[in-house]
Amino acid sequence: MDLTTKYLGLPLRTPLVVSASPLSQEISGIRGLEDAGASAVVLYSLFEEQLHKEALELELHLNAGTESFAESITYFPHSSEFHTGPEGYLDHIRRAKDAVDIPVIASLNGATLGGWAKFARQIEQAGADAIECNLYFIPTNMDLSGSATEKIYTDILREVKGSVHIPVAVKLSPFFSNLANMAKQFDQLGADGLVLFNRFYQPDIDLEELEIKPNVLLSGPQALRLPLTWIGILHGRVKASLAATSGVHGPEDVIKLLMVGADVTMMCSALLHNGIAHLRHVEQGVREWMETHEYESVRQMQGSMSQLRCPDPGAFERAQYMRAVKGLQHVLQA
Amino acid sequence: MKRKFKTMDGNEAVASVAYRLNEVIAIYPITPSSNMGEWADQWASEEVPNIWDTVPHVIEMQSEGGASGAVHGALQTGALATTFTASQGLLLMIPNMNKIAGELTATAFHVSARTVATHALSIFGDHSDVMSCRATGFALLSSNSVQEAMDMALIAHAATLETRIPFLHFFDGFRTSHEVNKIEMLTEDDMRALINMDRVFEHRQRALSPDHPVLRGSAQNPDVFFQAREAGNPYYDACPDKVQAVMDKFSQIVGRSYHLFDYVGAPDAERVIVMMGSGAEAAHETVEYLNRNNKDEKVGLLKVRLYRPFSVKRFLEALPATVRKIAVLDRTKEAGAGREPLYLDVVSALQEGIKLGYGTLKTMPETIGGRYGLSSKEFSAAMVKAVYDNLTAPRPKDHFTVGIQDDVGRTSLDYDPEFSVEPDSVVRAMFYGLGADGTVGANKNSIKIIGENTDNYGQGYFVYDSKKSGAMTVSHLRFGPQPIRSSYLITKANFVACHQWIFLERYDMLSALVPGGVFLLNSPFNKDEVWDQLPREVQTQLIAKKARFFIIDAYQVARETGMCSRMNNILKTCFFAISQVLPREQAIEAIRQSIRDTYGKKGDEIVQQNLHAVDETLAHMFEVALPEKVTSQIEIPPAFSPQAPKFERDVLGVIYAGHGDEIPVSAFPVDGTFPTGTAKWEKRNIALEIPVWDTKVCIQCGKCAMVCPHAVLRIKVYDSKQLQGAPTTFKSTEVRDKEWQGLKYSIQVAPEDCTGCGICVDICPAKNKSETRLKAINMVPQPPLRIPERENWEFFLKIPELDRRRIKVSNIRQQQVQEPLFEFSGACSGCGETPYLKLLTQLFGDRSVVANATGCSSIYGGNLPTTPWAKNADGRGPAWSNSLFEDNAEFGLGFRLSIDKQAEFARELVRRLSGSIGEELATALVTAPQKDEADIFEQRQRVDLLKEKLQRLNSPDAKQLLALADMLVRKSVWIVGGDGWAYDIGYGGLDHVLASGRNVNLLVLDTEVYSNTGGQASKATPRAAVAKFAAGGKPGTKKDLGLMAMSYGNVYVASVAMGAKDEHTLKAFLEAEAYDGPSIIIAYSHCIAHGIDMTTAMSDQKVAVESGQWLLYRYSPERALAGENPLTLDCRTPNRKVKDYFQQQTRFKMLLKSKPEDAKRLWQQAQQDAETRYRLYEYMAQRKPEPAAAPAAPVETKK
Repeated sequence: MDLTTKYLGLPLRTPLVVSASPLSQEISGIRGLEDAGASAVVLYSLFEEQLHKEALELELHLNAGTESFAESITYFPHSSEFHTGPEGYLDHIRRAKDAVDIPVIASLNGATLGGWAKFARQIEQAGADAIECNLYFIPTNMDLSGSATEKIYTDILREVKGSVHIPVAVKLSPFFSNLANMAKQFDQLGADGLVLFNRFYQPDIDLEELEIKPNVLLSGPQALRLPLTWIGILHGRVKASLAATSGVHGPEDVIKLLMVGADVTMMCSALLHNGIAHLRHVEQGVREWMETHEYESVRQMQGSMSQLRCPDPGAFERAQYMRAVKGLQHVLQA
Repeated sequence: MKRKFKTMDGNEAVASVAYRLNEVIAIYPITPSSNMGEWADQWASEEVPNIWDTVPHVIEMQSEGGASGAVHGALQTGALATTFTASQGLLLMIPNMNKIAGELTATAFHVSARTVATHALSIFGDHSDVMSCRATGFALLSSNSVQEAMDMALIAHAATLETRIPFLHFFDGFRTSHEVNKIEMLTEDDMRALINMDRVFEHRQRALSPDHPVLRGSAQNPDVFFQAREAGNPYYDACPDKVQAVMDKFSQIVGRSYHLFDYVGAPDAERVIVMMGSGAEAAHETVEYLNRNNKDEKVGLLKVRLYRPFSVKRFLEALPATVRKIAVLDRTKEAGAGREPLYLDVVSALQEGIKLGYGTLKTMPETIGGRYGLSSKEFSAAMVKAVYDNLTAPRPKDHFTVGIQDDVGRTSLDYDPEFSVEPDSVVRAMFYGLGADGTVGANKNSIKIIGENTDNYGQGYFVYDSKKSGAMTVSHLRFGPQPIRSSYLITKANFVACHQWIFLERYDMLSALVPGGVFLLNSPFNKDEVWDQLPREVQTQLIAKKARFFIIDAYQVARETGMCSRMNNILKTCFFAISQVLPREQAIEAIRQSIRDTYGKKGDEIVQQNLHAVDETLAHMFEVALPEKVTSQIEIPPAFSPQAPKFERDVLGVIYAGHGDEIPVSAFPVDGTFPTGTAKWEKRNIALEIPVWDTKVCIQCGKCAMVCPHAVLRIKVYDSKQLQGAPTTFKSTEVRDKEWQGLKYSIQVAPEDCTGCGICVDICPAKNKSETRLKAINMVPQPPLRIPERENWEFFLKIPELDRRRIKVSNIRQQQVQEPLFEFSGACSGCGETPYLKLLTQLFGDRSVVANATGCSSIYGGNLPTTPWAKNADGRGPAWSNSLFEDNAEFGLGFRLSIDKQAEFARELVRRLSGSIGEELATALVTAPQKDEADIFEQRQRVDLLKEKLQRLNSPDAKQLLALADMLVRKSVWIVGGDGWAYDIGYGGLDHVLASGRNVNLLVLDTEVYSNTGGQASKATPRAAVAKFAAGGKPGTKKDLGLMAMSYGNVYVASVAMGAKDEHTLKAFLEAEAYDGPSIIIAYSHCIAHGIDMTTAMSDQKVAVESGQWLLYRYSPERALAGENPLTLDCRTPNRKVKDYFQQQTRFKMLLKSKPEDAKRLWQQAQQDAETRYRLYEYMAQRKPEPAAAPAAPVETKK
């Protein structure tokens, strides 16, 4: 049985990729993912803004209270060389590449156009097989128009594509006026892959403390529906690879996503919840399903249920809602 | 070979030589020498080799005594070894120094000479420490400037090897150790050329070795000790000539020429000053000026370089034959001695030398002596001239002082403060800045820029505040074409910059400005508005001096470029742009380059941010045309309120205003005793924002007042009738506590004493239900509230305190109503130590005596002009004293012994006099339980009654009892200090005091680092923390002081963290004080040296406990006696990782940025430490008590 697929032009053993997560923070963790069957790994994100803030914070605290009192003119040893840039992350890429055979995809979140380009180049030089642009941007400025927001995204992609030769994927959010058009723009700018979707931080509230709690909410299986819809719509209409992320928990989720056109399916929450051995379980499940249903290869099923190829293309659009309402009426009548 | 010029201070200059010439370096922090050890440790951690291409071993010891012991041992076993110290530290080395010298062991110690504590501690410079070492047998070699300090460091090491006499090389603390100057660097080749390797090999040969064993350090008896002591004399006899030979060789190699005694001045001088140290530089330039400008002046100066062994012959040879009068200046005082030491040596040498025919002098000159410069007191050209003028008098004043006004002993010489010898070619600039704004750093950088970009020489000296928060710094910078010898502050400046607007109403900065000089003001007002905002005095001086007046809104530039409060590069740019020391474009490029050099290590972000700030500066700088008339009605207010008592106003207020130098001797207490409760007069107004209370949201929990480090947030509960006459904005509400029903409740801020740290707001648990970003306490800009809240505060103070008997002290919401007797300290804004001290004073302050180890707490507690230790309305409050660093536990034990003895005697007298005073009263007095406030109150009433009765009795016993009666009220002895004291230097004493069984309370303010001396590692420093002396992260774990104390069984031990569990802290204080035996509280104290957000530091303590990094527990011997487990673990099983705690603090995180692999390893080990420690305590706390293990009761007072 052939589970191979291609993502961003990279041949992969299976469509099971691990998305950017804390699981890739240690080299031993990355090795474990490879051992458990991950066909590629997206490293945790390098956040330019975080580097910036960390550098400023370091400077602030190293200087706090200095040159004020004759006995304590400073509080820390004379400054040695600090690695306040992306050195740690780049070194992590290098060591990951040395440690595993599977492709290592770096994830980048820039804060400035120059930063996107600079860090992308450094990531390429460090040996990453590809870059995933983590376009994590929540527009809260009410004066920023939709088209201006879109331009921010396309400018970034143009900048990164112009800076590196390795494949570039774009991880984007579903919150566009017209996602299909956005996907088209990315495709035309040469995005090698679209990763659907970025899950934005959704804060919770602590009712006792009356505080916003920045706890991370792991995705549940229902989150699958959104990428499933949009990959189904986009498959065959864009040249870029399509990666599904969010809600991929079990073998059936993988198969569904492959059927609507995903080149790879990315997992994170399920692994954090079940442990990385879950990868093996999912792969085995996919194999068993394919065997039972007499599929020969992943390629055979990829896109088979996309909007372009499915028996009921309208089901991806408004009809889907209509059918749902009809179904409800049926229940009520019963 | 061409040598490089570099700009550095004396400590770095000396350390750079000493490090390269040694193999073992034992260090211990003490101001002002700490930096030498820090440099050595830094270089060793960076694996910088010495001249023999091997990296020295650098080790921090537990005290200077320990450092000298380790050096002694290293020397005895053949290594080249050194140490750095000053003041009390040097005194602790004396026993070893006698040994090292007695054994003729080659070494050089480097000492930044500092005042020895007497009536007061002083961190500043004089020779009292060095002079205390005259009898050790060490050679004493003086250097007078930064350049000389570097040169003499090398000469000392070469000379000790040649002579076998150990050397103490000294230079003046602060004036030389901290003065930044442009010097020519010695090269390693210079060092190799001067060090005689044959002598190094001989040193090795003398080492103790089992391969050629000897015994050294025998005990000798009356029959031979004397002779054996004299046996080493030939080495001392030969020493001076050998030192001169080394100096001559140095001159051949380097070009600078030195002699044991260097004479400068007229070859036919009749009047000569003899002195040593940095003051000789001021004398040198004055001598040259006087001889050059007045042909009738024939004056000279003899600089003493090798003070011990004192060469009579060379001394005489250095003096011109024409000398008729000599003034010997000593920078030390030996109370009770007929004369100061240098004077005695000079007179003795003159007598002996003339008799033996040395030199050219034939008759004994008239020789007088005087003191100058104690504790870095200014010694200027004007004072030098006064000394020469005194010598001109027919009967010169002898036993004189210069630099002060001695209106008691009439010893002081008058001098003309207007006299100056500084040439016009020297640019003199003064900068008034706030510690936090980066002024000093910018100025150090300016000197470097000028030093490196021009042929000019530069000098920088920095005067710091006595406070740690809101501290003013004054930078004194000179630049000129010749080496700068002016070893005194600038009094006539071409350029004065005021970097903080608030200083305008506090300090007279313009008096130093020369006519036509430049005044640069950092102003929030624009060029059209600023004039009207200036105080009248400032306007007057600007016009009178025809000054050029520039303004810059550096706050705005800093804000717009994201620099927060760091205005250093902005103001530096202004200085260069205005002063034209360098062509403007060249200067700006040099600043840009210096930014790249300085901040490059910290990341491109920081570099770009600073460059951006420079670019924005010039567009925001304006010259203001001066109007012709003074228009301002704004007067500079007096330093202290006119309502302050006379001494506070006329002495402390004058010191506060920066005019302490002008106060005469008669104004001072003769024994260093000062009134308490004086910090309240300062009104520093340093907070940009202050807390404002919302009565509707407040739940009256008391937490805000409890954590307030500066006691500026106060609570009062009172009868509503007290509200009569309240200011309109005064806030009051119904008290919520049912036990106080019907009373009123107020929380009031002291607006002018608050530092704006915001800890109160962070800790406040009550949120506004309609707008959750608001709490019951919210920070609001201070300026608009200053006047109304000042009135509110004054009204609040007049409301009587609630009767202490009505306060349930075990409950924070009630306890915090107690009046704090520790207020408005100059500690860092948001200090983690002071809330504990404040709590102590609230609970026990009116009956406590505090022994305070030297350190942060002794500085913010006792650094003039004022003290935060205060008194209540009855005049009672903590009595406080600081003895030393190392002896604090013993010092406090002495309090206890003394109080116990006097109380015992008083009880005996009560019994003896029971017939006269009444049996009932007598019995009540000696049996009063005095367990709580009500008991204490009653006992005080009994004592008052007793005193009344005793007044009427006339027996000797009655008189004795009258003097001792107050001792019948229970006294609480507190022994307070930091971890440097408790874990390191004072541990031996602390251990002994715990073992004594006496009723003392030790409070360890554990910041896990030597905070006061600038962040050196102590044994309390946790594994993985970066600190000075642990630049690579502390490899070992923190000492478990609590566990060690528990091992005695009869010691009450508590480990607390107020921010993690305030009720637990309160309980521990109450239990510790109530326990009739030794108690120790180890209090987690966050510190600015941790590199943390001080605003959230108190609530961040929760993570310390939740991660297991800090444990909360109480060990009570009384529970053991009751058959229970004495240990109560008061924190839950850790539910977070240690890394969560580490992530909050730069001291841990910075290692991730510099040595990520080391950080990872140490962080893992720290996690294991925490888990192991918790399991151990959990086991101990859960163990069933074994009857056999029950601890002994507290030791009985021995009769």
